[in-house]
Amino acid sequence: MSAMRVRQAIVSALADEMRADSSVMVFGEDVAVAEGPFKTSEGLLAEFGSLRVRDTPISEMGFTGAAVGAAMLGMKPVVEIMFVEFLGVALDQLVTEAAKMRYLSNGALSVPMVVRASCGSGLGFGSQHSQTLENWFAATPGLKVVSISDAQSAYSLMRAAIQDPDPVMVLEPRILYAERGEVDLALQMEIGKARVLREGKEFTVVSLGQMVNVAREAIAVSGVDAELIDLATVVPWDRQTVLNSVKKTGRLAVVEEAPQSGGWGSEIVATATSQIFSHLKAAPFRITTPDVPVPYSGVLESRYVPTVEDVARQLKESLVSNQTPKTWWELEGLK
Amino acid sequence: MSSALNRREVVQQDEIAQFERMVEIREFEEQINGLFASGEIRGTTHLCLGQEALSVGLAAELRPTDIVMATYRGHGIALSLGLTPESVLGEIMGKTIGCCGGVGGSMHLCDMSVGLLPTSAIVGGGIPIAAGAALAFQTKGTDSVSVSVFGDGATNIGAFHEGLNLAAIWNLPVIFICDNNIYGEYSRIQTTTPIEDLHLRAESYNMPHFSLDGMDIHAVRKGVKEAVDRARNGGGPTLIEAKTYRFAGHSRADQALYRPVGELELWQTRDPIKVTQEDLIARGVFTAEQAEKIKTEMKSTIEGVVATCKASSEPTLASMFENIWTPKKVAHV
Repeated sequence: MSAMRVRQAIVSALADEMRADSSVMVFGEDVAVAEGPFKTSEGLLAEFGSLRVRDTPISEMGFTGAAVGAAMLGMKPVVEIMFVEFLGVALDQLVTEAAKMRYLSNGALSVPMVVRASCGSGLGFGSQHSQTLENWFAATPGLKVVSISDAQSAYSLMRAAIQDPDPVMVLEPRILYAERGEVDLALQMEIGKARVLREGKEFTVVSLGQMVNVAREAIAVSGVDAELIDLATVVPWDRQTVLNSVKKTGRLAVVEEAPQSGGWGSEIVATATSQIFSHLKAAPFRITTPDVPVPYSGVLESRYVPTVEDVARQLKESLVSNQTPKTWWELEGLK
Repeated sequence: MSSALNRREVVQQDEIAQFERMVEIREFEEQINGLFASGEIRGTTHLCLGQEALSVGLAAELRPTDIVMATYRGHGIALSLGLTPESVLGEIMGKTIGCCGGVGGSMHLCDMSVGLLPTSAIVGGGIPIAAGAALAFQTKGTDSVSVSVFGDGATNIGAFHEGLNLAAIWNLPVIFICDNNIYGEYSRIQTTTPIEDLHLRAESYNMPHFSLDGMDIHAVRKGVKEAVDRARNGGGPTLIEAKTYRFAGHSRADQALYRPVGELELWQTRDPIKVTQEDLIARGVFTAEQAEKIKTEMKSTIEGVVATCKASSEPTLASMFENIWTPKKVAHV
């Protein structure tokens, strides 16, 4: 075990994969000479050279597309999208090209590429630099979507993503980059496998990304004996781990850093409700952000995202009443 | 049925073989219209009638280990590179005999044995991908080259500029071929683009560029060879503009009523098959009788292909679920 920051865990995963496999290459904006805007490619240019570690122009469509082509011809490119929103200008390449190439080659081709993107709120970057956007990609067959939640998953999930033969989107909550954690370099995480971070009997709480920390603290302050699951992979999500937990606890809450409408949590709640209804003691529910863009003001942004206090409140209320708790904005009369 | 690789070798043999392949594409595309009328083909299709010299000339100058990223107007390129008429028509008819097993359709043709990446149905979408294939060749240190074929309309989309810029700064072994047939869908180039000579756009990427007569297979081969040699020898990318004309509309639904009277007829005087045939006869490569015999025989060959494809099975429901993700490898301890 070694203690490292999340961003260092990412660097270690990239470097270890590049050492293990000469077809792994890294490119993106300022990832080579500047070693990454968030220092997530520190030392890579020096160790692996300018053929395999490249700075690109500010052209996400161009270099994401280049990753698709390079991946089909024997490389394993890892591209960095500085802020996940910048994928908006590259969406064609990821959703319509990368995700379809295996299907449209009758299985002759694979696209072993990784798109890393920083995401999430909490740092005052405003509406166009603070979204998570995993839901954009979750509805695209052919893509895999994972999110890291701590240093261990940053290391292990990143390595799994690079080793994966298909296009994988790795979301990195930016607020976690500086967070320290223990990393077991030998620990392997599998794409499609959730992590049970705390066992519990009264409630199942499923979370993702930076919301895992929020959910963990909320469980602690609420006193509810909840099982905490880091979903880790949004597509293909781990039905078995989630449903087995909910069968045991009879209760499910999903904590998401994403708007209330159209979230991956709806998929989990719908699946639990339709598949194991008889095990449920109360209706499963979601704790999300309101359906608004991410606001800039610190006062607003800190309430936009589910908070420890609000998640704890909702878990306690639901346990007592068996009813779905109101959202904070409903309680405030704001919607 | 000959394999794609064998057919590729054939097209590289001699001028008669290249003429035959152009005739094959012509017959093939003309059959498509009839098959639509009789309901054998669904969806849409984009014919390359009149543009046969470009695809055959390109195939004649590439190695099978080079790769081509083309577009939804891809029947001619697929046939030129070596795909059998059965695998192309079968795909267009959605049958199991098709190169993609029937899940792709007219706009999605692929055969990696001859370097054809899945053709893209997004205008410009293949341009950065071709640059990326060249990036793989460069990084691995092979001398393969990558070719991106796209229409005039694609030169106004961001992917064109981002792809060319990336190829230029990284000096990638890629040849960009703009098939300028004057119309982007239903719109004439002058109404959408402020310049007529599209190859000039490479100037701002400090990239070699030129135009050529896309109706003349000799001009195509000469231009492609120059660009391929440069890319293979580390000289980086080239933008080629092939001046062509599509004798049909943009897609199945388009009767091309927007074309000025007489324009089609003017271009038909430079029909690549007619031009090549006259040239080969004038140079004594074959006789007029031999040329006609090739055409007659090809007509019946393609009719046979249609019959074979009609008889081919429909895909199973299970095939819809295949090839989404790569199957996990069995772990060897």
